[in-house]
Amino acid sequence: MTWLGRLIRRKEVEQQLDKELRFHFDQLVSDRLRDGESPEEARRQASLDLGGLEQTKEMTRDARGTRWLEDLAADTSYAIRILRKNPGFTAVCLLTLALGIGATTAVFSVVNGVVLKPLAYAHPERLLNLQEKTNWSTAWGDLWAFSYPNFIDCRDGTRSLEMSALHNAGGGIVSAPGDAAYVEGLEISSNLFDMLGVRLLAGRSFSVQDDRPGGAPVVILGHSLWQRRFGGDPRAIGRRLVYNGIARTVIGIAPAGFRIDDDEIDLFTPIGQDTSPLQLDRERHGTVVWARLRPNATLAQANSELGIIGHQLATAYPKSNRGRTFFAEPLHPDVGSVRSLLWLLLGAVSLVLVIACANIASLLLARALSRQRELAMRAALGASRGRLIRQNLTESALLGLCGGALGVACAAAAVRLFLRIWPDILPRSGNVRTDPTVLLFAAGLSIVSGLLCGISPAIRTRLGELDKILRAGARTIAGNTRRLHTGFVIVQIALAVVLLASAAMLGRTLLYLSSLNPGLDLDNLLVARVALSPGTLADPPRTRAAWKDILRRAREIPSVQSIATIDTVPMREGSNEIGYRTSAAPIPENQIPVVLANCTTPEYLKTMRIPLLSGRFLDDHDDSHSQSVAVIDEVMAKQAFPGKNPIGKHLWIGIGPDPVTVVGVVGHVRQWGLAGDDHARIRAQLYYPFSQIPDPLVRRWSELMSVVVRTRAGSQSVIGSLQQAVRGAANDQVLYETHSMKELAAASLARQRFLLVLFGIFAALALILGCIGIYGVLSYLTSQRVPEIGVRIALGATAMQVMALVLRQSFTMVAIGLLFGCAGALTAARVLVWLVEGMRAIDPLTALLTLFVLTAAAFAASFVPARRASRIDPVRALRQD
Amino acid sequence: MNARSDLPQGTLDLLILKIVALGPVHGYAIAQRLQQVSRDVVQVPQGSLYPALHRLENRGLLAADWKDTESGREAKFYRLTRKGRKQLEAEAASWARLTEAVALILNLSGEGAQ
Repeated sequence: MTWLGRLIRRKEVEQQLDKELRFHFDQLVSDRLRDGESPEEARRQASLDLGGLEQTKEMTRDARGTRWLEDLAADTSYAIRILRKNPGFTAVCLLTLALGIGATTAVFSVVNGVVLKPLAYAHPERLLNLQEKTNWSTAWGDLWAFSYPNFIDCRDGTRSLEMSALHNAGGGIVSAPGDAAYVEGLEISSNLFDMLGVRLLAGRSFSVQDDRPGGAPVVILGHSLWQRRFGGDPRAIGRRLVYNGIARTVIGIAPAGFRIDDDEIDLFTPIGQDTSPLQLDRERHGTVVWARLRPNATLAQANSELGIIGHQLATAYPKSNRGRTFFAEPLHPDVGSVRSLLWLLLGAVSLVLVIACANIASLLLARALSRQRELAMRAALGASRGRLIRQNLTESALLGLCGGALGVACAAAAVRLFLRIWPDILPRSGNVRTDPTVLLFAAGLSIVSGLLCGISPAIRTRLGELDKILRAGARTIAGNTRRLHTGFVIVQIALAVVLLASAAMLGRTLLYLSSLNPGLDLDNLLVARVALSPGTLADPPRTRAAWKDILRRAREIPSVQSIATIDTVPMREGSNEIGYRTSAAPIPENQIPVVLANCTTPEYLKTMRIPLLSGRFLDDHDDSHSQSVAVIDEVMAKQAFPGKNPIGKHLWIGIGPDPVTVVGVVGHVRQWGLAGDDHARIRAQLYYPFSQIPDPLVRRWSELMSVVVRTRAGSQSVIGSLQQAVRGAANDQVLYETHSMKELAAASLARQRFLLVLFGIFAALALILGCIGIYGVLSYLTSQRVPEIGVRIALGATAMQVMALVLRQSFTMVAIGLLFGCAGALTAARVLVWLVEGMRAIDPLTALLTLFVLTAAAFAASFVPARRASRIDPVRALRQD
Repeated sequence: MNARSDLPQGTLDLLILKIVALGPVHGYAIAQRLQQVSRDVVQVPQGSLYPALHRLENRGLLAADWKDTESGREAKFYRLTRKGRKQLEAEAASWARLTEAVALILNLSGEGAQ
């Protein structure tokens, strides 16, 4: 019989053991009877020979090797009985653990979903990301996206890789079937879906014939666009869809939830059909390249192959490829700086868990001491020390598991609620769910924290002086655990200080950042992107006219005060960073200073209410016939022309052949958001007129253009009227991604707010748990001193004196805790300043406030036990026991 | 387990294996046989026999079946498994080597004293 079988059929095994031994016993007896002994004597001797039936059974059970499991079952049922007997105590423990484990599990499930989970493609570990790398650096570093011609050469030259290119050409307009609307498009190589191991929901993928210049006009729909445009009809395959003015045949539908990186794409077109000059230029780097290692190939092989190709191309095309090579690295989800923030949160929340554990440990310790007589009794009956420790740990592990189960339920609910309230705060948030990894983590955490709570009471189970313990009265058996208990309180206070101080710092930071001047007037300001008619975009003069037309029509809307076009909007994703020179002399590529360039129209300054500091802003006289002009902000004025008047100076910015003349200086705008701008890498700003950009650039620039609209205060939403104004003659121009400037400013602080909310929750939990801890420990220690206090009162101590006695004890613990906590808080402050954009170091006011809150809470928690002590009746106290 | 046994550690297992090797036998008979064969030199507290039997069964050296005895009562009969037989051979050999070595040393010290 296997050990498992024996365990399951324990009853049968026990019966057989009994039968076997009884047979032996009966044989002994009958032998002795045969020798003429009396029946009583025979039985007595037989029992002696066998060494006692029950002892023998016990020894045999030990020999079976499943003893520990049987003990575990017994211990568990014993623990359940004990816990059920003290429902109040059990409830406090479970609730505390559920809070600690629940909060930690919730944060871990986010870390797991966002950071740890691999990409949702087949065998993601064999997927690679390819980049170009130069042996020289610019302000952006030495890594580049691919140029499409370089991709073709690499694809055809490697044997270890299956390569696929992705190019975000900036979406476009779907004008039929249905109303014109903007969609997210992506140009891809024909093998992308196969390479990722993703099966289309319906239809087929692109063929190699599709993926070349002049290939058939085909399109693969994203799941969501298919739902929106075709109502999820499977007969959409073969239907027509007009995208950017070209009628394309739908050949496939991507499965639901298919994402590239974290983006859900509306439609896919073959990248090989894109014959725009930018795409065919070896010096334009805009193509993302993913690859899969072929079977048996290694990353090292792939990289050596790419190195060789890089060398060949550098020789063949020195103008574009000198010093340039290619390399591959494992493809990971791109979550940016969120990674470190999430680990920070996990660290913070684990402090809450430690506090919770310290809390329960001190409760269990106090209870273990009051149970010492019971344990001594069990030891006297033959239980070994190890056995008793095991019993103790079983109980706390059980507490941990039950608390953990509760915690997981809370965590799942909390995470779901959180993501519903705040869906866009995290990348990859769709992956966050309570999956097996999370459950495993929670189970491990529960057992570990259960054992952590139980370890100190367990090892304090001292059995050396059994007789003493059994003989002693309840008063004297406690032993001195004051130090251990004080230690628990100190740990709790110290960690609570760390969390509270961090939350306070974040709060102060948020207040400070919100009070910053964004450099423009956020109220009544709308921004939206505009997609022009595809037919218009082909012709620069018509494009310029279309923009003028849109602005003119928008100005006719009564509630529109002013409107301008701009390519990059402050505090929104996207910027145009260009190098500039203040003289015609060439500068080495890696030393060129960089500026944020904004291409705009004259009314921009007025619309945004950016202050004009000197000179003039762009005006309607700046056109292709007049001198090229630019306006710079105060930061650039200081950076490019320190100590000089910038008006009338020249700048070489590489847009058009001639230098531009600086005609004005304006105030700085917080382009990188309220939090990020002060420490941004590039802060200098420059404005140049849309009317002066050369014809070849008009198309690309127009594809990126947005409008900013100042509306009259108190007017109703103008978005509907604006959409009408933008429509155009062919009714195929659209306004999309509409935001108010206020939203964008708030979003630029979203991460800080997110951290503040979570740290606030953690700090509140820490404070509550810490107070419960102080209250519990002080109550316990005071109850141990009842006889002593009784004597003091009998000898004339006043209530105030007794209260002072207890409070002094609490004060010592709190003071030491605060001291350690301050050291911890300073460390936490450094970590926060390092990780959080715009974070302010701790200031005296915040520190004082934190300490005050904690001290006040600690004394509030101490007050009840102190008061109880002062009301002890000396007569009863002395008679106790 | 057999702290009260006068036998060296592990010897009881060897003796049990040897006796069981002679044919299927129940616990009581093993105890009897141990006493008879060793002419009462080996005193095994009968209580410690069963932990040893169960341990050996656990390790797969012994197997057991319930069968009727001559007196018609059902008893648990132990028999040697193939693994048990190998173990017996190995242990018997090592026991022989050990006793030989001990005897040699004892003789040597006797000569040295003369």
